Amino acid sequence: MTAEITTTPRGGGRRPGRRPRRGRRDLGTPRRLTRGQVILQGIVLTIGAIAFLFPFYYMLVGSLQNAPDTSIAGAFPNPANLTLNNYVQINSRINLLTGLVNSGIFTGGVLLFTVVFGVLAGYSLAVLQWRGRGVTFALALLVQTVPFQLLMIPLYVLIARNYGLADNYLGMILPFAINSAAVLIFRQYFLQLPRELFDAARVDGAGEFRLLWRVALPLVRPALVTVLLLTFIGPWNEFLWPFLITKEASLQPLAVSLANYISTVAGSTANPYGAILSGAVVLAAPVVVLFIVFQRYFTSTDLGSSVKG
Amino acid sequence: MSTSVRGPSAARPAAGTPPAAGRGHQHRRPVVQRILGTNPLGWLFSAPYLVFVIAIFAFPLCFSVYMSFFDYFFAAPGANVDRPFVGLANYTQAFSDPAVLQSFVNVGIFLIINVPLTVVLALLLASGLNSIVRFRTFLRVSYYVPYVTASVATIAVWLFLFGQSGLVNQLLGPLAPSPSWLSNPALAMPSIAIYVTWKGLGFYILLYLAALQNVPTELYESAATDGAGKVRQFFSVTLPGVRPATVLVLLLATITGANLFTEPYLLTGGGGPEGRSTSPVLLIYQQGIQQGHPGYASAIGVMLVIGVLIIGWLQNRFVGGRNES
Repeated sequence: MTAEITTTPRGGGRRPGRRPRRGRRDLGTPRRLTRGQVILQGIVLTIGAIAFLFPFYYMLVGSLQNAPDTSIAGAFPNPANLTLNNYVQINSRINLLTGLVNSGIFTGGVLLFTVVFGVLAGYSLAVLQWRGRGVTFALALLVQTVPFQLLMIPLYVLIARNYGLADNYLGMILPFAINSAAVLIFRQYFLQLPRELFDAARVDGAGEFRLLWRVALPLVRPALVTVLLLTFIGPWNEFLWPFLITKEASLQPLAVSLANYISTVAGSTANPYGAILSGAVVLAAPVVVLFIVFQRYFTSTDLGSSVKG
Repeated sequence: MSTSVRGPSAARPAAGTPPAAGRGHQHRRPVVQRILGTNPLGWLFSAPYLVFVIAIFAFPLCFSVYMSFFDYFFAAPGANVDRPFVGLANYTQAFSDPAVLQSFVNVGIFLIINVPLTVVLALLLASGLNSIVRFRTFLRVSYYVPYVTASVATIAVWLFLFGQSGLVNQLLGPLAPSPSWLSNPALAMPSIAIYVTWKGLGFYILLYLAALQNVPTELYESAATDGAGKVRQFFSVTLPGVRPATVLVLLLATITGANLFTEPYLLTGGGGPEGRSTSPVLLIYQQGIQQGHPGYASAIGVMLVIGVLIIGWLQNRFVGGRNES
């Protein structure tokens, strides 16, 4: 209901005096702070933001250093010590492109399953009346609290041993195929559409599939972006499961091959940190860029609804 | 938004057709609808998701509990092998295994540091972000970035930062701990706890930001009228107002902490030094997959989940503050 709150740009809201119209984003905001408090708050938040961003900056700087420089001066790029050689180094040990393609296939598969089946499930939970709807909704909430550590062994036994899907993209994708948070986000958005819309189209003889595809889906396009973004970071960053299920290097997602490099072969490289950090930059960049571009879809209310139900 | 569909056709049902159709509906509904509900198609639409939940969550969950009572081992598919029922042997073995007990102590240390730190920092930063006007988007994004980035990538930087001669020790100079953070038995687990707090904080800030929108402004106004200062307002209005979110954050942070695997595997080289940063999930991996004792590993998993359930119940009991139960 208040989906705009975190995304609304604060243009014009900065006038100190009485505001002519109290915006909705004012809801829940503590009343005006004194000047000193505002400055203090700004300082604290800025220091926090630096602490959160600095490792990323350091990752980039370290990946470009010819010789690792851990001194304080090393935190600043030194033109004499800059090189792209680390990227060449890591690429000769783990094929970065193969890793990226594998991560892409893994993530793409999850996205496809989640969007297709998540939309269907979300729609049926929000719009259709059927017996078992409440139970299904409860399941979608419950599933998110099931810890993966308990599922890891049985899933490994089933998928890798019984179905023989080890070293296979399908085996990698299956446990993440449909993101339950996505189902709940879709449901939340479909619920917000006016009921009359569906009744009207039904009376006109539109089938449910047509209704979903032509009427409902175009109206929840923002949800689609949120879900794609949220679902993307899961499999792209996932380490444990693909690590268990892929032993063949040519099938490993980048997170897995980089981790293997860190834990085993890094010692035998001239500048292991440079190489590791280069791999880290390549692994982190796609998500960070996507996230920054689409950050306005990553709002508290969209995602909050998925966890709170 | 409804304008896009409002046309001559969409306006028609308002003229009285649906009530008539609806009444006829109620009297003689087909058998399918009586069993499955008004829209049996709902079943069809949800079927793939339900199959997924059963195959990936429900069945493995039961299978895991089942396995923990057997001396289960891997065999070729289709091979008929005897996997004897061993009762509680896996559990008694786990309880007397010092490595397992150490891993539970480790995860306890982790939770004691990580969970309160997460709740306090997330709430403070979220309150700040909620009321700040300038650079709000920039600040918000900076806090979320670690959350959206792969653990493997951020761990690489932390290894570099917290190494023996890393930047952190350079800054600390003579105050640097020896042996360094990640290879120091007493500091390994706290270091991991701090790393995980940093990594996941963005998500919890997001949850608190959502919760803060639901605290009515009038409460702040009346508190201010009664002469409550900012600090007082925070404790008597904000804190009770976001209590449901706090319960959720506590629960999710505990579950995430119990799931700890990547960090001890990479950050401290597989649970070192001296097993002081081994997590139960790392042991599950080592026992169940590397050494081929899935039954034993499942028993450790069941114990861990029961532990999490107890902690979650206690949190809900004491922080949830509801009258029932």
